[in-house]
Order: sequence, then structure tokens, then C-alpha cells
Amino acid sequence: MTRTDPLDVPRPDARLHFGVFFQGVNHWTIWSDPASGSQIDPANFRKVAQTAERGLFDAFFLGEGLRLREVDGLIHELDVAGRPDAITQLAALAAVTDRIGLVSTSNTTFNEPADLARRLSGLDLLSEGRAGWNVVTTDNAWTGANFRRGGYLDHADRYRRAEEFLAVARALWDGWADGAVSGAAGAPAWAAPGAVGRVRHRGAQFDVDLAPTLPRSGQAHPVIFQAGDSGEGRDFAARNADVVFSAHGNDFDDALAFAEDLRRRLLAVGRPEDDLRILPGTEIIVGATEAEALEKKRWIRLQQVTPATALGVAGLLWGLDLSDRDADGPLPKEDPVVAENDGSFGARRVADPRTVVAEWREKAETHGWSLRETVIALGPQRGHVGTPAGLADRFAHWVRHGAVDGFNVTPYLIPDGLDDIVDLLVPELQERGVYPTRYTGRTLRDHLGLREPLTHRSTTDGRQAG
Amino acid sequence: MSGPALRLAVELDGDGAHPAAWRRAAHSPDHLLTPRRVARVAAAAENSGFTLITLADGALPPGGTPDVVGRIGAVERAAFLAASTSVIGIAPVVPVTYAEPFHVSSQLASLDHISVGRGGWVVGEEERPEAARVWGRPAVDGDAARARESRDGVEVVRALWDSWEDDAVIRSVATSRYLDRDRLHYVDFTGDAYAVKGPAIVPRPPQGQLVVLGRPDRVPAGQLDVALVEGRDLTAVAAAAADARTPRTFAEIEVALDTAHATAEERVADLEQHAPWTDRGRLRHIGSASGLAVLLGRLRGVVDGVRLHPLVLDEDLPELSRLVLPHLFEGRLAVRPLPGASLRTHLGLERPANRYAAGPDLEALQETR
Repeated sequence: MTRTDPLDVPRPDARLHFGVFFQGVNHWTIWSDPASGSQIDPANFRKVAQTAERGLFDAFFLGEGLRLREVDGLIHELDVAGRPDAITQLAALAAVTDRIGLVSTSNTTFNEPADLARRLSGLDLLSEGRAGWNVVTTDNAWTGANFRRGGYLDHADRYRRAEEFLAVARALWDGWADGAVSGAAGAPAWAAPGAVGRVRHRGAQFDVDLAPTLPRSGQAHPVIFQAGDSGEGRDFAARNADVVFSAHGNDFDDALAFAEDLRRRLLAVGRPEDDLRILPGTEIIVGATEAEALEKKRWIRLQQVTPATALGVAGLLWGLDLSDRDADGPLPKEDPVVAENDGSFGARRVADPRTVVAEWREKAETHGWSLRETVIALGPQRGHVGTPAGLADRFAHWVRHGAVDGFNVTPYLIPDGLDDIVDLLVPELQERGVYPTRYTGRTLRDHLGLREPLTHRSTTDGRQAG
Repeated sequence: MSGPALRLAVELDGDGAHPAAWRRAAHSPDHLLTPRRVARVAAAAENSGFTLITLADGALPPGGTPDVVGRIGAVERAAFLAASTSVIGIAPVVPVTYAEPFHVSSQLASLDHISVGRGGWVVGEEERPEAARVWGRPAVDGDAARARESRDGVEVVRALWDSWEDDAVIRSVATSRYLDRDRLHYVDFTGDAYAVKGPAIVPRPPQGQLVVLGRPDRVPAGQLDVALVEGRDLTAVAAAAADARTPRTFAEIEVALDTAHATAEERVADLEQHAPWTDRGRLRHIGSASGLAVLLGRLRGVVDGVRLHPLVLDEDLPELSRLVLPHLFEGRLAVRPLPGASLRTHLGLERPANRYAAGPDLEALQETR
């Protein structure tokens, strides 16, 4: 037995939580294979959500980008693009799923709190307590060009606005007393007199005065997710979030360091250190044997990193337009250019290109790799590859040592990319006692084992002032 | 008494058209905002043979003391219903007085994808000045200012729906390109108050453009597919319909029917003790099912369809379903929607050409017609 003795670990009773991220707009989603379905067909959203629910996942996630990505001022053509509005799509999924949480990525810069809080409340009521909100911020005028207010927000203010936004949203969600709406036919009033409070807020970002339009759902508030990774983002999460959707899920030591850092920040703001779930985004590739898993990974990477994508990734590193080069040829001879922002948005630049290029040159020479092979081997990496048993052992180890609480999985293929995880990996995790065998609660808050919302903590009996 | 068969729409917000409708509902107030209730009412409308559901909305809660009632956003309800119905068209009321047209465009395009081409949009207005405080924006004051916001908002939303050509996703393995950027378009709208760049983040809706409904005195005729026309009698409705200059016209009719337990008059009088049924200058039928059928028969040839506003959904929808719609369908005075067809098809509207697409500009030709 290679299994960890469950009694000899920091968190012997820990369990793993899974979420599924329905494809981002990046090269990780394969579109070139005949099995890759439409990115907008509602049947594919339903299929993935129902597969995840069969696998007892906690949450189905949708991302958001409020402008189509551009590189050098031109719309990026190489990756999947075009997504539905998240809350709208999730409201539809509420009708065809029963237990799984429905999490919308929604922006605090280009929304207003009353409108977004109401939309999230509607989703929460239609799903009977399964809504979540992944809070994201934007500051650039490039995105602002699609909105009435334009690019009005300083970089330094984006978290300030997000925090104030969240405070207004929470006040709205707390605006109706519990049991405000009559449960009896023939009641004298629809809502008990005085049970609906007004929300008046005057701050640097918002000046509103309104009556909330909806009562609370069974989970009181939608669950708050957050993904920012900077120190500022982590502090924001420690003060506000229920779940962190982190980028630290590929390496155990890195994941553990992130988790410990976040727990320190939680304690510093007076929250219990188990008050937050950490679910890194990842990709999971399952094969019957190690060799089969590696072969599958190689096929997947070739689909993900097409010749044009390899030139695009290398172009970002070199700071040069390499689109006319041969991806199957050698690395560019030129030195990288440390460029100013050139009008590329939604694509990440490398901090220290000279060092990275030197390392790429050395390894490519040693192994005789082409540019594309080099990008596959040394470019952005992520994910877990292995057999169901091997992956289950690894994940049990991670969760029992407090490195993660689970993973937010992005399938590389829509709509069938989750099948192996649900059919092969989940049973192995269940056998190891780190994964549930049924849903025990109804709400997303239940699934994640979270306490009541942060704004409900000070009143120990859970009552709000009427 | 002639002309093409009518298309039937029904407004399903809350418990009915009367502000106190919840008092006669067949369920307790706390059941109104549950998914079962939302789905059940829509299923009743779909099975009855209505072509279209509309869902009223606004930033402020409906009703007033003591009848303040909770309301889930119309877009969220519409999306939920799109996944729990299969034939009926679904059109939320969405005002663009304060909302971001970019978001509204994405939400409605998504509704059309989710419903596979059954989406519509009733262009509403935030009339009360308090709505500005909800949005944290300066008040848009007066009829003319609100109409200008609607005009600009509809223009942006419609332009964004066209900003992806139908075949923008090319999946060209040979060139590694998923998209063809030449088939994506910046809308570059610039109005009096704001500008919007585009393109959309949602691919073009299955219908090309959702069916846009609205009051012809509030939204320019060229932006509407269906004018919702009002008038207290047939003559006024006929005049309004003749003036609309939109591809289709629907008459607004408020309806209270006799039931086994009470006459329509008695039911209205009961609710009037609590709140007045606001007079919006619309046709109003308070009486028998057969009387309503006669009225609808007389509207054939005058308008293309009707939108019914039942007094109390739990009381009037069963009567409509049992006595009125079957009679209309039997006499071919009205038609049921066909499974598998888009809302545009149900209304006899063409799928519009894309304003940005290369080739003959059919939309421009239609507009100058």
C-alpha cells in the first residue's frame, strides 16, 4: 500500500472539493478535434454541468471577459472565443440541474451593485441556494470602451471599488428579515410590515439609496469566490472571500506555501484559518497506465499548442511578431525585446524575458527541440497527469496536508472532457475516503462546508435587525 | 373579421396584472419566488398554445405599500424558462434607461442561444426618478430624455448582435485560426451620452436579431419588430396599429374572466378594495370567456397578435386555457407555435441580414422600403 496513513497527517478528515470551469478563452481548450463541441451550444453547457453533478462536484463555473482579446491591436484569432453572459447561462442551468453550485464571474468595475446583487439573488432563488460569485476587477480603459462610463478607474482603486461594491451587495442581501414573506394564504401583507429595510450607502465609489427587491435564499448569501493573486488580492480574499480560485495547483510546495500564506492572512483579520476553501484551477489528464497518460498528454499539448499558438506564445516572450516564422524550425536568433505595452490585452507578458530565452536556448539545444516542442516543454505549464489510482493518492496527500481543498478543473475538451475524471478518478478518491459518495446538503454553502456569511457573524443568534 | 390568424402573447409577471393580484393567488406569498412556481406558470402558458411569454421588470420593486412584492430579474427568469420550455417564445422586459447596453446585449443574445432562437426583448423604460438612485446615476428626466436613452440603447444592442457574422467561427486547422477577425466588427457607436466600441463577447444570436417589441411612441419604428399598441376601444387600437409602421403589431389587452366561483366583476371589485388597477389606456375585457373570444375575433385583420395581461394568473390562465384558446384554434382565428421553429418564424418575420456582412445590403433595402 502506497497510501498515506490517514491518522498520520495534519488533516486526516479532509475531503476534496471539485469545481468545473467551463472553458476559458485561452489555448488550453482544444477546438481542432472532431470531438470538440460548440462553445455556445446550450446542450454542451448542460452536458458538462450534468456530468459534473454526476461526479458530485460542488460547483460549475463560468468566466467572463468584457472585451474580445487583442494582440498588437488586432482581435486574437487562435483560441476559442465567444461566451454567453454568465448569470444568464447559469439561470438556465438552474432548471436542468439539482445540486451543483452555479458560479458566475462578474466584474465590479463595469457593473453597479444594486443590479448585480439582484441578478445574483435571482440566480440564488431560482437554484434554491446554489449561486456563487467570483468577484473580479478591471481597471483598463480598453475594456471601458464598451461601457457608458469608459475607463474611469485608477489601478489603485479597483480593489477599493470591489470592497465597497461587496459591502453594498451584502447590505442588499441582508435587506429582508428572515421570514419576511408570508407563508400563509390570506395574509394581510405580502411581506411583513417593517421587514424590508432600505439600503443607504454613501461612499467614495457609490452613492445609493434603495429598497432591496428580493428575500434571501436558503444559503443566505451567494458564496463569494476570488482569484486575485497579488498581495493586495490575497488580503482582499482574506477579508471577503469564501473560496479562493488560485493559480497554485501544479506543485505541492508552491500550493502549500500559498495556502499557509492565506491562512496567516485569515488569522490576521480575525477569521478562523479554516474559513476559506482553496481551489486552484487545473487540468487533469487521466490514463489507464502512466505511459497511456503521458501519451494522452502529448496529444493534448499538440492540439493546444498549434504552430500558430507556439509562435504567439514565443512572440510574447521575445516581444516580437514571430507569426511568419516556422514553428517546427529552431528558436529565433534575435535577442528578446523588453517591450512597452503594445496594445495587447488578455495576454500575459513575461517579466524577465532575457533569462527565460537563455534557458529555452540551452534546453532546446540539449534536446534538439523545435520552437514548438520547446514551447510545449517549457512554456506555460499546468495540470496533473496520471492513472486514476496515482492521481487519487496524490490528491489525497495534498488535501490531507492542507495544500489545497480541491481543484477547479478546466476540461481540455467540451463537452466530454470531464468524463474520465468522473468515471475513473472519483471512484478512486471515494475509496480513499477523501471524496463524498453523495451530496449531503442542498446549497453551495453546504457543499463547501462553509459557515454563515461574514456579515451574519456578529449577531450570534443569526437574527438581523428588522 | 378576416385577415391572418392572430398570434397570442401573455404577460406572466408576478401573480397577475393587478397590483393586489397576490391576494387571490392559489399559493402563499413565499411560493412566488420559487423555481417550481416560475416554471409551472410558463408550462401552463406553453401548453395552452401561446406563442410568446413576456416578463415585466424594472429596478424598483413592483407594487406599493402594503402590496410591495419581490421580483426576480426578468432576464434570469427568462433564461430559467428557456431551459424548462421547448416551443414558446420568451421576451423579458429590459429597460436601457440606466443599464449598460453592452451587458443587455450579451444577456439577450445569451437568452437566444439558450432558447435556440426563441428569444425576444420588450424594450421598457425606468419611468420613476427613484430608479436613478438604484443605479447611482444622474436621473434621466422626462419623456424625451428616456426615449433618447431607449433609442441609443436599442441601436447599440442591435449593432452588437450583428458584430459577429454568422460564420465568424471558422475552425481553420490549416491556419490554426478559430476565428476570422474579418468577420468580427467594431460597432463604434457614439451617441450624445456615451460611446460603445464592440465587438460583442457573445456570438451572433441564432435568430440573427432577437424579436424586439416596444411601444411605438417610445421607440423608433425602425428599431421595432413588433409594436405593442394601446387604445381603449377597437377604433383607437386600429388607428394606433395603422400608425405604427412596424413589421408586426400586437394589441395590449387587460383581461379578467368569469370563473366558477366568482364573476369577473366581483373579482376585480375584490382587489380594488386593496389597490387600484392602473388605467394605462388599454383595451380591457372584464367578463365572459366567450365575450373575450368575440373581441379577439374582431381584432383579426386589425393587428397581427395580442398580448394578454390577466388580472390574476392562477384564476384567469386556466380559463384562457380551457375556454378561450381552444375556441380560437378550432376556428383558426389564432395559431399555436410549431415545435422546432424560431420566434421570428412563429411571427412570420424573416431572419435579418447582418448589417456588417459583405454582399448585398438587404437590411438597408428593407429599411428604405
